[in-house]
Amino acid sequence: MNIELILFIILATIAAVTSILVITRSNAVISAVFLVLNFFALAGLYLLLNAQFISVVQIIVYAGAIMVLFLFVIMLLRTDGEPRIFSDKRYIKYFALLISIFVFIQVSYLLLIGSPSKSVTGNQSASINSGTIETIGKELYTNYIIPFEVAGFLLLAATIGAIILAKKKFE
Amino acid sequence: MLSIPIEYYLILSAFMFIVGVTGVLIRRNAIVVFMCIELMLNAANLSLVAFSSYHGNPVGQIFVFFVMTVAAAEATVGLAIIIAIFRNKLTVNVDEINIFKW
Amino acid sequence: MPFSNQEYLHLLPFIIIGVGIVFSVVIELITKKSREILPWFSILLFFSTALYSIYTIHNKYILFNGMIQVGGKAAIFNFIFNFAALLITMSSIGYLKKYGSNFGEYYILIQSAVLGMMVMAGSKDILMIFLGLELMSICFYVLAGLNRKKHSANEASLKYFLLGAFATGFVVYGIALIYGVTATTKIDILIQNFSAQSSNIIFVTGLILFIIGFSFKIAAFPFHMWVPDVYQGSATTVTGIMSTAGKAAAFSVLIITLTAVYTVNSPNIFSPYFAAIATLSMLFGSIVALTQDNLKRMLAYSSISHAGYMAIGLTASNSYSISGIIFYLAAYTFMNIGAFSIISIIEGENDSRTNIQNITGLNASKPMLAAFMSLFMFALAGIPPLAGFFGKYYVFIGAIKSGFTWLAIIGVFSSVISVYFYLRVVVFMYFKNPTEDINTDTSTFSYSAVIISGAMVLLLGLMPDLLLNLILSVVNW
Repeated sequence: MNIELILFIILATIAAVTSILVITRSNAVISAVFLVLNFFALAGLYLLLNAQFISVVQIIVYAGAIMVLFLFVIMLLRTDGEPRIFSDKRYIKYFALLISIFVFIQVSYLLLIGSPSKSVTGNQSASINSGTIETIGKELYTNYIIPFEVAGFLLLAATIGAIILAKKKFE
Repeated sequence: MLSIPIEYYLILSAFMFIVGVTGVLIRRNAIVVFMCIELMLNAANLSLVAFSSYHGNPVGQIFVFFVMTVAAAEATVGLAIIIAIFRNKLTVNVDEINIFKW
Repeated sequence: MPFSNQEYLHLLPFIIIGVGIVFSVVIELITKKSREILPWFSILLFFSTALYSIYTIHNKYILFNGMIQVGGKAAIFNFIFNFAALLITMSSIGYLKKYGSNFGEYYILIQSAVLGMMVMAGSKDILMIFLGLELMSICFYVLAGLNRKKHSANEASLKYFLLGAFATGFVVYGIALIYGVTATTKIDILIQNFSAQSSNIIFVTGLILFIIGFSFKIAAFPFHMWVPDVYQGSATTVTGIMSTAGKAAAFSVLIITLTAVYTVNSPNIFSPYFAAIATLSMLFGSIVALTQDNLKRMLAYSSISHAGYMAIGLTASNSYSISGIIFYLAAYTFMNIGAFSIISIIEGENDSRTNIQNITGLNASKPMLAAFMSLFMFALAGIPPLAGFFGKYYVFIGAIKSGFTWLAIIGVFSSVISVYFYLRVVVFMYFKNPTEDINTDTSTFSYSAVIISGAMVLLLGLMPDLLLNLILSVVNW
C-alpha cells in the first residue's frame, strides 16, 4: 500500500461523506460549511493529481470567495431551517433517491467497462509539467486568448446583472 | 504519483455528481439547491483534472479554470436573484415561490 | 505572437459587438441620458454586425488556432441573432417605460447575450461553446428578473436560473467525459475520430449528457418545465429574444457538433433520441396550447412544439434538412418577434392585458395591428405561402429523404392541431365584439419592428429560394 493510495482514500472519504452531509443537513449554514470542507478535500485530490495551480485556485476562488458569498447571503436572509427532508412529498423523494442510486450504479458500471485507463497514457513527467502555473499561463495567454476575452465579458455581464438585481434604484 | 488507476477518481466524481443531482431534486431551499449545483460542477471538475493529469495535457485544467470563472459569475447572479426574491416574498423555499402553476 | 493582424480583421463582427459593450458601459457611466442614447447605439451595432456578417458570408476562416470560425453557417446565425436583437431593441424603447424598468443596462445585457450567441454559433472548440452558452444564459437570467419588484419576474428568473444552472452541470460533466476519452476539446479532431470512438461507451455517455443539457436550452419536451413560467413571467420583449435567438443559438450548437459528425458517414446513433423528443414536443406543445388563454403562455407552448419540428431536422440530419432547420429558425425568429412585439404594444401596466380576451375586437380599433397579428399567426400555423410554411416544408422534405416519413406525417398532424389555437386568436380579433377599450401605447418604434418582421415573413414566404440557396451553399462548412 503506497502513500498515494492512502492519501486518496482519506481525501475521497472526506469528499464523499461531506457531499452527502451537504444534502442531508436541514440547516443551510451547516450545509455550506460541509461544502467548504468538500472543496478542501478536492483541492487535496488535485494536488495528488499534480495539478498545483488548479488546487490553489480551488482554495482561493471556490472555498475562499464563492463559499464566503454563499455564507454571507445565508446569514443575511436568515431563513428558517427546512423541515426534515422526508417529512413531505415522501414518495416522490424516495423515488428520486431510488433513481439516483440506480443511475450511480449504472454510471459506475459504464466507467468500469469503458476502461478509461486504456485511453490515458499516465506519463509522469508530462503530467507534472501540464499542471504548473507556467504551462497553464502560457496556454491561457496564447492559444486560449479568445476564451479568456469571452470570460472577461462574462464577468462584466454578471457584475452588471448583479447590480441591476440588487441595487438599481427605481424612479 | 499517478500510481492508482484513474477509475478511482472517476467513480468518486460520478458519486459526487449524483449526490448533487439528488440534492437538487429533494431539497427545497433555493440556496441549498444552488449549492448542490456547485457540487455537480465540482464533480465534473474532478473528472476533468483527473483526465488532464493522466493524459498529460493541460487542456482539461484550463477548462477547469474557465468553469471556476463561470461558477463565480453564476454565483453572483444567482445569489442576487435569490436576494431579490427574498425581499419580495420573504421566503427562499422553491415550493412556496409558485404563482404560476408548474 | 503567432496571430497576424489579418486574423483580428476577420474577427470584426465579434470585435464590433465587444467594443460596443465597453462603449455602452462608458456611456452608461458618464451620462444620465444613457437610456435615450443606448437604444440607438445598440441598433447601430446590431445593424452593422448583421450586415457585415451576411456580406462576408463566403469568407470562411478558422481563426486563433482553431478556436472560432467566421463565415458560412456562423455568418447566417450571426445575421439571425443580430436581426432579432435589432427588432427587440426597437420594440423595447416604448415597452420598457410601460414595464417600469427603463434601464440603460438592459441594452448592455442584450448586447452581451448576442455576443454569447455569436460565440456559440462560431465555436470550433467545446470550451467556446461552454463560455458562449454561459454568457448568453447569465444575461437571460438577469433580463428575466429585470424588474425586481414584480413577483412574476422574480419567479421567472429563479426558475430559469436554477434549471439553467442544473443543465449546465450536465453539459460540463458530459464535456469532461468527452475530453477524457479523446484528450482534446477541438470539434474538428473529435469529428475525425468519431467513427473510431463511437463504440466507446464513455464517449457516447458524455455526448448524451451534453445533448441532454442542450435539450433544456432548446425547450424540447421532457425538459420543457421551465418554459411556460419563464416566458409568461419575463418582460414581453425579453421573452421575444429568449424564445427566438436563444433557441437559434442552442440549435446552432447542436448543428455544429452533431451534423458535422454525420458528414463523415458514420451511422447516426442519435436519431432515435431526436425522433423521440421531436414527436413528444410537437404533440405535447400543440395539445397543451389548445387550453391556454394567456397569449404569452400559449406562445410558450407553441415554442415547445416548434422545437419539435426543428428536432425532426436533427433526426434526419442530411444537408437538406439541416438547411431546413436554419431556414426555419430564421422564419421563426421573424414570426415570433412580430407576435411578441404586438403583445408588447397591447400589454397594459403590471402584466395586465396579455390574455386572449383582451384582444377581442382588435380589428375595430386597430385594424393594422390585427392584420399583422393574423399574418404572424397564419405564419406560425404554417399556412402557405408564408415563411413558416416553407420552414416546415423543407424540414419535412429532408426527413422524407432520410426515410423518416412517419415523423413527417406526425409533424403534419401536429400542425393541423396547432391551426386551431392560432386561428382562435384571429377569430377573437375579427369576429367578436370588443368588450373593453384597447388603448395601446403609440411608440412608432414598436410599430416599425412589427412592420419589418411582417415584411420579412412575407419576403421569406414569397421568395424562400433566396435564403435557402444561400444556406445550401454554405451548409457543409
